[in-house]
Amino acid sequence: MSSLNTFQLLNGLTFAALLFIVASGFTLIFGLLRIVNLAHGALYLLGGYCAYAMASTTGSFMVGILAAMAAVAVTGLILDQGLLRFVRGHELRQVLLTLGVGLVLNDMMLVVFGGDTYTVPAPEFLQGALRFAGMFYPKYRLFVLALGVLIFILLWVLLNKTRLGALIRAGVDDPETIAALGINIRRIFLLTFMLGAALAGLGGAVGGAFLTLYPSADAEILVFSLAVVIIGGRGSLVGAAVGALMVGMLNTVGQVMFPEFAYFVIFGPMAAILAFRPLGLFGRTA
Amino acid sequence: MLEVRDIHSYYGEAHVLHGASLSVAKGEVLALLGRNGMGKTTLIRSIMGVSPPNVRAGAITFKGEAILGLPPHLIAQRGMGYVPQGRRLFPSLTVTEHLTVLKPASATHGWTVAKAFEFFPRLAERRYHRGNQLSGGERQMLAVARALMIDPDLILMDEPSEGLAPVMVQHLEGIIGQLKAAGLSILLVEQNLYSALAVADRVTILETGRVVHEATAAEIGDQPETLTRFLGVH
Repeated sequence: MSSLNTFQLLNGLTFAALLFIVASGFTLIFGLLRIVNLAHGALYLLGGYCAYAMASTTGSFMVGILAAMAAVAVTGLILDQGLLRFVRGHELRQVLLTLGVGLVLNDMMLVVFGGDTYTVPAPEFLQGALRFAGMFYPKYRLFVLALGVLIFILLWVLLNKTRLGALIRAGVDDPETIAALGINIRRIFLLTFMLGAALAGLGGAVGGAFLTLYPSADAEILVFSLAVVIIGGRGSLVGAAVGALMVGMLNTVGQVMFPEFAYFVIFGPMAAILAFRPLGLFGRTA
Repeated sequence: MLEVRDIHSYYGEAHVLHGASLSVAKGEVLALLGRNGMGKTTLIRSIMGVSPPNVRAGAITFKGEAILGLPPHLIAQRGMGYVPQGRRLFPSLTVTEHLTVLKPASATHGWTVAKAFEFFPRLAERRYHRGNQLSGGERQMLAVARALMIDPDLILMDEPSEGLAPVMVQHLEGIIGQLKAAGLSILLVEQNLYSALAVADRVTILETGRVVHEATAAEIGDQPETLTRFLGVH
């Protein structure tokens, strides 16, 4: 019984790690650019398919991951410079535009990849299970957990210890003032948008190897990411980590213990948190 | 240094500045006076290129070059420092980060982080605090120090004495005097007439979006009628 619980706990943790990778990109874009990028799920799926295509043809998982991040970052660049720049400052239009882009991307992927389910081929050394504490656990899921922690550390250092990070934080606080002090905040915005998109691509590549890729996977990951960011508070990295842990664990608990209420177990507490902290656990007023 | 000619600024359809003009000479402190709602902050924001307001007519030249229509970061990079109304520090940045995050426009006056801390020792003591953990006076010091980091030739200061204790206002007057002595030009928006007269060379008075009076600081002290009429001072 106890080993079963540890197994489920680890499942929740690894799912949380994946959610964090995807949601950290979402919260960066939401926090700095004030854009609720509803195409983020489609960017995730695009990253997954890119990783699948590249990893299958080259035989290298690493190439697949890098190709997914690069392709999705470029898609983000096109989305921002080609479309979003025309609706700056209009939040509703941005939401509708990104929703539309998400639907179009999803349809295009359906045309190219069809409705079949794909799995990004994981490298051999990550296949199989690791035996510890009297149980077997898939190595790949442990890799995702480690990657989530690594991404958290890298993003934390970027945001808190570098000049670019200070610029991003200043831009989150007050974009008008940082621009009036000589900083081309648009360029910082674009870099952040591409970074956020690349994280969605990374999430797709990594998630595509254990959650599988299928046409509606984008909507599912988007809903989870929204829950993570709403719980954690927009623009907050720690918030995204805590939100991802909560959503990941609640999802596992819900599926195991209350399968009929699996969604309620996540979104019930989210509504309760919002009632008492409308800006999320780590959210601040602008 | 700075020439503003006949600018018309709008907030949406609201016509706020009706052909306002002013000029700041090199090394001069010009105080822009006027009651609340007369367009002082609108004029400062128009010069800085911050939108809103929208400037629909007129000309602004800075160091001989037209800057009207440029985005704010390019105006700042030409050497225009900005101390916005209400300080507007960054709550998530430490005192040091407020200074290191900006890069210098030029090196003519050599403002570095070390020099700023020398100039404002109180900030050096508080270097690891965040912007929202400082007292009112310290916040204003930091807002000024931050503006100095781009090594400006001209600083726009929008009501720096607002909300400060009298002793801090005096301290601020001292700082403005030192900056002037260091060769900076300053355009100072003030509600506090006496604080403005203590540091300004000249004054320009705005009334409903128009310049209605210009004088030297020495002259205006002897014009009680003007002060009563435009500033409500008795």
